[in-house]
Amino acid sequence: MTAPAKFRFVSTDRRVREDRRFVVGKGRFAADIMPPGVKHVALVTSPHPHARIRSIDKRAALAMPGVHYVLDGAELAAATLPLAAGLDTPNVPRRPLAVDVARYAGEWVAAVVADSRALAEDAAEAVAVDYEPLPFVLDGEEAYRPGSPLVHAAHGSNVLLDRTFVWGEVEKDFAACPHRLKHRVTWGRSATVPIETFGVTASWDPWREILDIWASIQMPKYPDQTAVALKLPASSVRVHYDVDVGGSYGVKRGIKHTVLVGHLARRLGMPVRLVEDRLENMRGGDMHGPERNFDVEVAFDDAGVIHAMKMRALDNVGAYAGRSPFQLGKPVGAIVGPYRIRSVQYQAIAVVTNKTVQEAVRAFGQSPTNYAIERTIDEVANRLGLDRLEVRRRNLIRREEFPYLIPSGSTYDSGDYHTVIEKVLQRADYAALVAERDRLRAQGMLAGIGIAACLEPSGGNSSFEPLLNPKNETTTWMDSCRISVDLGGSITATMHTSSSGQGHETLVGTVVGEVLEIDPDRVRVVRADSLNALPSNSPVGSRMAIMLGGAAFHAAQKLKGKLVAIAAHDLNVPAERLTYREGNVIDSSAPERKRSWAELVAIAHRHIHRLPPGMEPGLSVAHIMPVPTGGTLPTPDGRVQMYPCYAFEFHLMLVAIDPDLGKPEIRRYVVGHDCGTVINPKIVRGMTMGGIAHGIGAALYEEFAYSGDGLLMAQTFMDYLLPSAHEVPPVEIVHHATPSPHTVFGQKGSGESGYLGAPAAVASAVNDALRPLGIVVNSLPIKMARLGDLIAQARRGS
Amino acid sequence: MNVELKKVELKVNGATHVVEVEPRTSLLDCLRDRLLLTGAHAGCEHGVCGACTVLLDGVAVRSCLMFAVQADGYAITTIEGLSPGPGELSPVQDAFCEAHGMQCGYCTPAMILTAHALLARNPSPTRAQIIEAISGNICRCTGYAQIVEAIALAADRMRGQNLPPDRS
Repeated sequence: MTAPAKFRFVSTDRRVREDRRFVVGKGRFAADIMPPGVKHVALVTSPHPHARIRSIDKRAALAMPGVHYVLDGAELAAATLPLAAGLDTPNVPRRPLAVDVARYAGEWVAAVVADSRALAEDAAEAVAVDYEPLPFVLDGEEAYRPGSPLVHAAHGSNVLLDRTFVWGEVEKDFAACPHRLKHRVTWGRSATVPIETFGVTASWDPWREILDIWASIQMPKYPDQTAVALKLPASSVRVHYDVDVGGSYGVKRGIKHTVLVGHLARRLGMPVRLVEDRLENMRGGDMHGPERNFDVEVAFDDAGVIHAMKMRALDNVGAYAGRSPFQLGKPVGAIVGPYRIRSVQYQAIAVVTNKTVQEAVRAFGQSPTNYAIERTIDEVANRLGLDRLEVRRRNLIRREEFPYLIPSGSTYDSGDYHTVIEKVLQRADYAALVAERDRLRAQGMLAGIGIAACLEPSGGNSSFEPLLNPKNETTTWMDSCRISVDLGGSITATMHTSSSGQGHETLVGTVVGEVLEIDPDRVRVVRADSLNALPSNSPVGSRMAIMLGGAAFHAAQKLKGKLVAIAAHDLNVPAERLTYREGNVIDSSAPERKRSWAELVAIAHRHIHRLPPGMEPGLSVAHIMPVPTGGTLPTPDGRVQMYPCYAFEFHLMLVAIDPDLGKPEIRRYVVGHDCGTVINPKIVRGMTMGGIAHGIGAALYEEFAYSGDGLLMAQTFMDYLLPSAHEVPPVEIVHHATPSPHTVFGQKGSGESGYLGAPAAVASAVNDALRPLGIVVNSLPIKMARLGDLIAQARRGS
Repeated sequence: MNVELKKVELKVNGATHVVEVEPRTSLLDCLRDRLLLTGAHAGCEHGVCGACTVLLDGVAVRSCLMFAVQADGYAITTIEGLSPGPGELSPVQDAFCEAHGMQCGYCTPAMILTAHALLARNPSPTRAQIIEAISGNICRCTGYAQIVEAIALAADRMRGQNLPPDRS
């Protein structure tokens, strides 16, 4: 760590600079960008889960007023390349519009371009598509079995990924343990569902040969993938990163939308935009999250200490590959959670089905896995008649054991899990919480205490790519910051990606201000576009506090170093004698000898004759930072350092369920949070609270349910239930800070742990409440109707 | 399909605009596409998420669920009408900044308009009343805690505004 011992601005409760534009309605979202003459796209979608497209009759649509074009999949496929897939699955091509076969209900079959969105929608209804329905498969386990209907016949099976890793002496450890427990735990299909749908506008300039793109995007390598699919050099694709993204939490990977609109803009010579309506977003936006079965088996001793685990995870990724199978890879980096399980067998299976395509969701597959681990810990305690907290304490990695190498090859950087838990128990007054649960039970309520720990791997690295696709040797990612000081001495820092609510401008301003010892509000923060951007891999994988914060720190250090070098030369004293203080550089042995900020700026920009020989004039510096601990390929048995930093959270809640209604109500929620050094307390608190709300949704309300005939049932907000202010309880946060040794201020990521722990904690509480009835619920979401039925059934039986 | 356009007179943020729209044009689309008031946002377009909220005679309504032609004669307030002047914030807007009652900012204009409507009729709302008031506005980022705090802070400050200096 190179950080100063205490901070001026880091960790102080400063406002978030982005907020000022949002509160007056001056955010600049994708749908707000309307170039003159822009045309609008509406989509024709498949009403079948699987069907051959016999013909598409566009004539009636083309005859309608204001209609410019109707594009089908065959024409688009002839002009573009398939979208990039994560795995090496060449016979599962994914394209923006279906070619010959539609593989899920809602898949885009044709695109209509018209003068207004309303006219485009009118015309989309007039496109006549003749379908021949084909056999389909919706269930992941069924799709995995030989003989099930094939989603991609050329691929020969529905299996995209089926790999078993063995880390350590699993069989030996199982044989040596007196107890085993095996159960199936299921995570239902839900997603982050931002309130802003995906939107993209593209405009082609055939003279400059530049395709301008404005999109609500959160995606690594988006300009490059767009360019490849459109057969353009990436230097002909200019993505504007100064578009505010109205929430994403992983899913806004609108690559198919972008390739479609980019092609249309070039084909028609007009700016074209597609802003999904909610229906298009829910069923055809390809933004569903994991749908995963876990078969977990653990071997443990009489004390409840777990020695080995076998986990089979089968994920139903929907009709096309995309990047979603990688969501089975990232959990490898925390496959034992915060526990000392010494050997693991992990089978990761991704299958295609005739459902909407899955995309990255907050924590990239880790939240379902954490839920499966935590459910298992609870059941181990129940099996032995031990306290669930005590079993966790016995299994948790201890403070003195860090850095801690887990069987799958990642080393956890730092942590103090037991202390965080004790702080939470103290805040909650655990004994009183238990007494309250028992009081509620005595009154005839069902009541339970929910307990869940979680790790948030952070620092967003690419290690899961080479782990699951040997042809992909991307061993690390990076992020960047450029800082320039102008002739007047004011400071502008540039970041190189778009943001979706994470406060990155505030992050950069705070870090640059901290290093340069000036008020962060004096640091202008702007965004490059992709043609003048330094490398960034976008704000995914809980990485920006570490990566953008780190890049800004190092860039500011370079600037400071340059100022000191200029002063040393101008004062003719060795640089070691000089001290940088709030913009001035002072000779520590003779404080009257100094150069002010204004003087140093003048030398750098105007008085070039006073610069040290060979130094570049001006005051511009840049830093490109690779992920700490990144940059290595996995071992042949699949061990790899996944992410550099590991934040920890501990969730504790009390849930009461009225047995007649089956409605769970969270009465108390306390969370302990350790993401190392907090850079902005307002932002970290918001991320934690928002993640928890999102996790409560996934646990109790949200599900992309399908009918037996393959249609998405939950395709509006009347059916897909997002938590409102009524459903999210007050949450008390207890902070603890164990700095990371890998980052400039000791910071770790904090965007995901609310979502990582809340579903497991809710499941834990509901199961604790239902135990007196002998009910175990091992699938999410635990919807009120199902819960009511289970309780009624159990009461009738008793 | 040649649709007859209807002339509608909209009073928005104190100014009168005469626009010709298709009868099927929603108030939201009219505000955004015709008057370029893009602070009102489309979220679900079926009246659940509340991102399109504007005030009609001071009442928070969903502009995606009404036609522009229905808004004729009402005093419409959008987020663009709340700021006292260039670079300035209303007390509610400032409180949202102080409490960081947002992340991505997409639901924020609607939340703030809803809060304005609440505080206009109830200057001292309880926590339960704040939650009830914003329960028709879905925020996916924050988990609502900092939004509730922002509204409570705004209420507190706005009550304080009217106290004589020696009692404030």
